[in-house]
Amino acid sequence: MIDELTIRISGQAGQGMQTIGLVLGQVFKQSGYHLFANQDYMSRVRGGNNFFQLRVSNNPVFSLREKPDMIIALDKESVALHKPALNENGTLILDKKQFELTRDDAGFFNVPFYELAINSGGNDIFINTVACGVISGITQIDFMHLERVIKSAFQDKKEEVIFQNTLAAKAGYDFARSNFKNERFTLSPSVNSGNRLLLNGNDAIALGALKAGCKFYTAYPMSPSTTIMDTIAHYSKAFNVVVEQAEDEIAAINMAIGASFAGARSMTASSGGGFALMVEGLSLAGMTETPVVVACVGRPAPATGFPTRTEQADLDFLISAGHGEFARVVYAPGTIEEAFYLTQKAFNLAEKYQIPVLIMSDQHLADSYRDVAPFDLDKVKIQRFILPKEDSKNVNNYKRYQLTKFGVSPRAVPSWIDDVIYADSDEHNEEGHITEDAQMRINMVEKRFFKKMFNLSQEIESPSIYNLADADLILVGFGSTYGVIKEMCELSGPVKTGFVHFSQLWPFPALQTTQLLAGKKNIFTVENNAAGQLARLIWRESGIKVNGSILRFDGRPFNLDYLRGQVKEKAG
Amino acid sequence: MNPDDFKSNDQIAWCPGCGDFGILNAVKKALAVLEKSPKDILLVSGIGQAAKLPHYIKANCFNGLHGRALPVAAAAKIVNPDLTVIVTTGDGDCYGEGGNHFIHNIRRNADITVIVHNNQIYGLTKGQASPTTDSGYATKVQPEGVILEPIHPLEMAIAAGCGFVARGFSADSENLAGLIVEAVKYRGFSLIDVLQPCVTFNKKNTYSWYKERIYKITDETGYDPQDKIAAYRKAAEWGQRIPVGIIYRAVQPSYGEKKGLDGQPALVEADIEHIDIGGALKDFI
Repeated sequence: MIDELTIRISGQAGQGMQTIGLVLGQVFKQSGYHLFANQDYMSRVRGGNNFFQLRVSNNPVFSLREKPDMIIALDKESVALHKPALNENGTLILDKKQFELTRDDAGFFNVPFYELAINSGGNDIFINTVACGVISGITQIDFMHLERVIKSAFQDKKEEVIFQNTLAAKAGYDFARSNFKNERFTLSPSVNSGNRLLLNGNDAIALGALKAGCKFYTAYPMSPSTTIMDTIAHYSKAFNVVVEQAEDEIAAINMAIGASFAGARSMTASSGGGFALMVEGLSLAGMTETPVVVACVGRPAPATGFPTRTEQADLDFLISAGHGEFARVVYAPGTIEEAFYLTQKAFNLAEKYQIPVLIMSDQHLADSYRDVAPFDLDKVKIQRFILPKEDSKNVNNYKRYQLTKFGVSPRAVPSWIDDVIYADSDEHNEEGHITEDAQMRINMVEKRFFKKMFNLSQEIESPSIYNLADADLILVGFGSTYGVIKEMCELSGPVKTGFVHFSQLWPFPALQTTQLLAGKKNIFTVENNAAGQLARLIWRESGIKVNGSILRFDGRPFNLDYLRGQVKEKAG
Repeated sequence: MNPDDFKSNDQIAWCPGCGDFGILNAVKKALAVLEKSPKDILLVSGIGQAAKLPHYIKANCFNGLHGRALPVAAAAKIVNPDLTVIVTTGDGDCYGEGGNHFIHNIRRNADITVIVHNNQIYGLTKGQASPTTDSGYATKVQPEGVILEPIHPLEMAIAAGCGFVARGFSADSENLAGLIVEAVKYRGFSLIDVLQPCVTFNKKNTYSWYKERIYKITDETGYDPQDKIAAYRKAAEWGQRIPVGIIYRAVQPSYGEKKGLDGQPALVEADIEHIDIGGALKDFI
């Protein structure tokens, strides 16, 4: 019996690795196990080689492992390609007859997927369901869980479809139980209720936006941000949200700003390239003091880069994007929970300060699934900072950019107030009309930049910390590396490791950083980029120079084994 | 109501004699005829001389980025349909910088009116060619004369599926006001391309040049603006005779109608403080 297992499902794009992976994810989760799953996919719809990897455990898991214990090869190429990655004592599951392989390598477990699918469901489209049955059988999960997941996955389909899939799953399950003659992949009994949520980072952002009252979502599709739009569109009727696919990212941010000016909470998202197109609009939001939430889900760049892979190279870009100086907030959620809560907070803060709030994510957080405890739906309350409709009547001499002590002017909704509202991208006076007056310029810069930044710096998200007093080595990260850093620090050896993790990058928590890191030795940032952008930001904002950076910029996320190897080197 | 009800306190920064004044008067006249209260009107603009117009009218104003008025306007209308949304833009702003938004917002068909101050030249940047400058016209940047063919916004609009395509003349603000009234009443994206002399930079398309050529479509008997093929021919007419008036008109469902928003409470009215996502979360268990 084992407590933890890593499974890789590999094949060509279009063969359904993700479908198998997600069905298995549900099965393991409902059986009470924790899991972390991620897909590694190419930027193509058919062919190539993609894989989906699941880490199943009796303990909470936050990251991937380097080597799978079990690989399911859905095509012949996967056999040669992935066999070297297999763990010692690992098993590669394949259909030798279909792949026309005669040799019998150690570690092969031959499953006649094709025959089992035909004999049980009557069609080779059931191969994926057979595969789910095989894995459930090898790990000795109660078949009942798989049966239930199939029922729910095909609930909109005919009774017959559920029946055929159940038969196919049972065929795979029974085959594994009678032919896989050892218990080295049998998971130890689970301890959880199974009533947890299974979702990825983009789902969490979408759900956060729905909860926060986003009424207008607009974007141009761009991997890996697109599934935020998919999820919001899926729920658009139920939650009365308009989702509008824009003609380009420039239109997207300008539409989001237009909707917000007119009184609705709005959002857009893209990846680095699309966000680059939005940058002038971001500055417009800053100048016109219009709230807007923008998620930038990073991928390796420059230019088109690796469309479906991961990188954290847009940190410098996001904290400074936009011509001119204006206030903004940049969040970098480290977990699915933070993605959900910080998205809600982003809407509140955007409205409170009348600023753009950016959410920096990346493909790794976007596409990684983890089981999480049911969200606390009362944790982030909606806070409104607009003149309510009932108070808007009989407002006279309204000034959109009225100078105030706090830097924020009362915001009214056009058509609600009896007066009119002038908003302008030119420098403007309090009424919102164009001005060239030097003193007014100073007043407005003080208002929309200094005062807002000062007040924003009073409500910064605190970095997460672990074991700082005791550590021989301190790892510092932001965004999606949270999970792998946390697990690394919880390992015993090679050195006592602590961490500081930032979920807010701007305004940068400079004071707290100084308090946490001043005088510490052996500080290394862990970043999915080539330049060590976080290390530079820390230096610039707090004066602390870290000892070095553990950088990964091959487009792949950190995993626990990779980071442990790097830490060993640094510690040595 | 009368046009003075829409007078703003802002100082006008146009050149004396600018065609923009005629358009400004026409907009005020039209709003008076439409009996719209200033608080229920939103004027959206980008950048350029035309884009300053909203400041000179008492109504809500969003003066945004160069070329980007249309997406702002469409979204504002979608979430807050109580607003009458009018875009004032120029030939550079709408057909150049914002060309992509022009095409796709015609397709989107939100219920907005777009008034293009088409003076066939760049004013604010001091006299370069615009997308509608006649071929051969010499400027500082194109000293040998413009070699690019001008685009044909009315034909483009008809081809893209716009259901209300009109042309006006800034010096005839009475007629232009009438077109604006019709355009605002039209449910969907309505376009009025307004021919407008630039007294400073366009030495060719002057008041007298236009006056010699312009005629009202309504003065011709038998023209049917619902005939799309006839509309193409009319839209293409340029040179010795230039038609003004409603060139094409078709009834087609607006964005709000197709999206099921019409007749529903405005999105800005939605109660967002009591949203229960518990049901959606069950999909992830």
